[in-house]
Amino acid sequence: MHLDHPDTYPHRHTYSAPTRPDGTRRALRIGLGGPVGSGKTATVAALCRTLRDELSIAVVTNDIYTREDAEFLLREAVLPPERITAVETGACPHTAIRDDISANLEAVEDLEEATGPLDLVLVESGGDNLTATFSKGLVDAQIFVIDVAGGDDIPRKGGPGVTTADLLVVNKTDLAPYVGVDLAGMARDAKAQRGELPVAFTSLAAEDGVAPVRDWVRERLAAWTATAP
Amino acid sequence: MSTLSAALLVLADGRFPAGGHAHSGGAEAAVKAGRITDGASLESFCRGRLHTAGLTAAGLAAAAAAGLDPLGLDAAADARTPSPALRAAARRLGRQLTRAARAAWPSPDLDALAAARPRGAHQPVVLGLVARAAGLGPLAAAYAAAYEAVSGPATAVVRLLSLDPFEATAVLARLAPEMDDVAARAAEAALRAFDEGLDALPAGSAPLLDITAEQHAAWPVRLFAT
Ligand SMILES: Nc1nc2c(ncn2[C@@H]2O[C@H](COP(=O)(O)OP(=O)(O)O)[C@@H](O)[C@H]2O)c(=O)[nH]1
Ligand SMILES: [Mg+2]
Repeated sequence: MHLDHPDTYPHRHTYSAPTRPDGTRRALRIGLGGPVGSGKTATVAALCRTLRDELSIAVVTNDIYTREDAEFLLREAVLPPERITAVETGACPHTAIRDDISANLEAVEDLEEATGPLDLVLVESGGDNLTATFSKGLVDAQIFVIDVAGGDDIPRKGGPGVTTADLLVVNKTDLAPYVGVDLAGMARDAKAQRGELPVAFTSLAAEDGVAPVRDWVRERLAAWTATAP
Repeated sequence: MSTLSAALLVLADGRFPAGGHAHSGGAEAAVKAGRITDGASLESFCRGRLHTAGLTAAGLAAAAAAGLDPLGLDAAADARTPSPALRAAARRLGRQLTRAARAAWPSPDLDALAAARPRGAHQPVVLGLVARAAGLGPLAAAYAAAYEAVSGPATAVVRLLSLDPFEATAVLARLAPEMDDVAARAAEAALRAFDEGLDALPAGSAPLLDITAEQHAAWPVRLFAT
């Protein structure tokens, strides 16, 4: 039996290392989680449209029982088809992004191999409850997307996604007047739950509505590029 | 032969992160066709799978754990897997298991197999090699494969039918003596394969599992990958 010293190669076989085997910096991986219908796919599509001219991007979707998210992105032609991969999650979307990330890592690896070198990989979760978060072994940062139509009490209720995500997106602000939601109250509750962690209010129905998320992604990417070789 | 080791519990744990959770082992197709409807029919399904595909997988795993050439075993696994969908799934699961195992039990043998089969070797072959890296012997490897052959479908049916989880677990417990038997036969065949060649390994198959796997792969909407 061959025993490895755990400190010598802490990331050797785990794929969370910031470099590729050849020593170059791998793509920044950002996860998008949140309840079904909050606007994750719409955010991914908008990010691809606004960033694809400056960055080399690929997307992994985790559909629960169809390939609809991937097919939507393909239909909308936000990226060439070889840059979009769907992972099957076996009726358990949070397992695939947290407890057993092997299929997602494989998808990321295959995308790098087929279309790399990439700057950015977006991993969309299949949509789950408020407790679902991404493993740090899979993504470097995560965005949690909720929407105003889901009720203005979600930020107050908290949960790991709302409280710990690197960016909380409250989407569909255009619908706030119709569902009687108090955006200022949501912002206060989010602040109470998240402290200094950022919150973005978006309406993807508006022109360039994804701008706050795009700006945050650019910042993360700049930080990533600055720290890794 | 192997001594009792907790490493087997780590390896056979349903939470071992090697991709198995996305596979039903044919149970999703059987549920849809009305062949699995309750605990009793789940037990029949699992028994059939254990003594066919399960025995074959256990033989391959035991042989790899015993030190037979993994590439030869990979070809033997191809020969024992007529369904292209199941071949693809077995290689994909083998690749996922390799990833998890290289973190858990780093081994030059696993590195070499990963280099020779970057898209994945058949999962039972990888399983046997992982068992070897974990210090386990052929019998333990056969146990892991036999248990996997039935625990995967049982877990999937809990999700697919909302079957009482106690009932599903009772099915597994009732099958335990048969798993003992299958593992022992597989390990014994693996040792014979040293002298007689790979043809001594079990080659049981379940034609209905192969046929429904091909159909299932073409479903537009499904919960599990197989
Ligand atoms: N009004 C409005 N609708 C939106 C907004 N963002 C997304 N949607 C719509 O909400 C629905 C669900 O969005 P989708 O991105 O598929 O949600 P996902 O399940 O989180 O991926 C789709 O019909 C989108 O067009 C928004 O900002 N405003
Ligand atoms: Mg979606």
